[in-house]
Amino acid sequence: MQLEKHNKTPNLKALLTTATCALLGSATNSASAQDNWELDTALMYYGESDRVTAIEAIIAGQKTYDNDEVLSLKLTLDSLTGASANGAVAQPQAQTFTRPSGNGSYTENAGKTPLDDTFKDTRLQLTGQWTQPLTYAEFEDYTLSIGGNVSKEYDYLSVSINGNLARDLNNKNTTLSAGLAYSFDKIEPEGGIPKPLATMVIGDNDSETFEQAFEQTRIRADDDKKTLDLLLGLTQVINRRMIVQLNYSYSSVDGYTTDPFKVISVVDSEGYTQRYLYENRPNERVKHAFFGQAKYHFESTILDASYRFMTDDWEIDSHTIDLRYYIPLSRGHYIEPHVRYYTQSAAEFYQPFLIQGQVTPTYVSADYRIGDMNAYTLGIKYGMPLNSGDRLAFRVEYYKQSPKSNGTNAIGVLNDVELYEEINAVIAQITYSF
Amino acid sequence: MSHQIKPHNLIFVLASITSLSTLTGCASMGVEPWERDLLAKKEMALTSSPIDTALDDHIYFSKEASSGGRSFGGGGCGCN
Repeated sequence: MQLEKHNKTPNLKALLTTATCALLGSATNSASAQDNWELDTALMYYGESDRVTAIEAIIAGQKTYDNDEVLSLKLTLDSLTGASANGAVAQPQAQTFTRPSGNGSYTENAGKTPLDDTFKDTRLQLTGQWTQPLTYAEFEDYTLSIGGNVSKEYDYLSVSINGNLARDLNNKNTTLSAGLAYSFDKIEPEGGIPKPLATMVIGDNDSETFEQAFEQTRIRADDDKKTLDLLLGLTQVINRRMIVQLNYSYSSVDGYTTDPFKVISVVDSEGYTQRYLYENRPNERVKHAFFGQAKYHFESTILDASYRFMTDDWEIDSHTIDLRYYIPLSRGHYIEPHVRYYTQSAAEFYQPFLIQGQVTPTYVSADYRIGDMNAYTLGIKYGMPLNSGDRLAFRVEYYKQSPKSNGTNAIGVLNDVELYEEINAVIAQITYSF
Repeated sequence: MSHQIKPHNLIFVLASITSLSTLTGCASMGVEPWERDLLAKKEMALTSSPIDTALDDHIYFSKEASSGGRSFGGGGCGCN
């Protein structure tokens, strides 16, 4: 009995190692491999009040070989259910929408932000990365890393590859790095890709005339986008207690960036909705991000502070400040409070609604996620070592989004409804490392 | 809609390149190998909890309009 109990953890580790190797198709001897695989597993719950709920499970493994080569593999499984804002404004009366698939409809109560409850998906993602120092004499300070990623959910496929080269200088106190990533994403929404700015057909879903009219609002079955990312980084050891990192990242997106599930309300001069249009976003987006991070080791505690500025040609500018403070307790236990503040300006084509009779813009979206917004995160993590040498950690966070007006004045009955509803979410996570 | 890099963006790029080269020139910064006791701690790694970072990036990528900076931008989901 005692022996069985003692063997429990290594067996699980061996099982996961074998499974990981099987996924890779590698013939690694699992008996020797289990000694130097480091595994992290996590289970996360994300829940918004009355909206989306997500459960995400991760198994990540890392193995270091004799010549400092590192292999990292990660398997992520997540499941999403619930409702998300469809873009339409609330009204003094109930509103009925056709489901994105064209099969059936859903109704939102008077005074409520319309939510599309078809949000349901399961996603499986596999990530792999290989990192190794270069062995040629003239490149001895260089480290090369290459990796790939495949993610698949019911209506979405994403495949990407990346490469990164880093060079250590100045007695390994300075590291310069440059990386490139390319990804291909394909979306195949049920019901097809809606025609940009077409009016949503609402009516008897079973009738033939509805079916014909619905087909008129579709352009094709699927669409795709390609993303090219460039990342330049500098890491500098300042002194015995402090290390800093500065990064610049460039991202160019080409293809379908529209959300096929989002609409925008067209209202009359009294604020009453007349119809809903499918949104339309530009086929290109170029983002620039500047990121700085500093870690400082006080007597026993560690401060981790970072700031990011992002700007893009959709005219979205954002600032993110993230602070974590590691406080060791006795016997290897620790707590880590976390605060994050985020603010963004709206995309130039963001509108909360359109007014009937005015010219419809080429690009328009009422998706609050590209509107003016502030967001706050407050959290705490508690970690502890276990007798076996394994580690266990718990994390609880509270996340609040406060969308804001982009300066558009509400008209008529829209003054009596909430156009920029706040979203409150709870994040809970357990991490087990062995 | 302009798909060109705007002048103010270019200024940021130039400013960051300048700061990069200035910092790399500072050979007086840094430590000797035997002074790396604190820096070598797992908690002092720039990304000390990669799992937390991955989960956070996924949440914020799907709920906000920004990505990138720390590592390659989010993705792999049809969220935004």
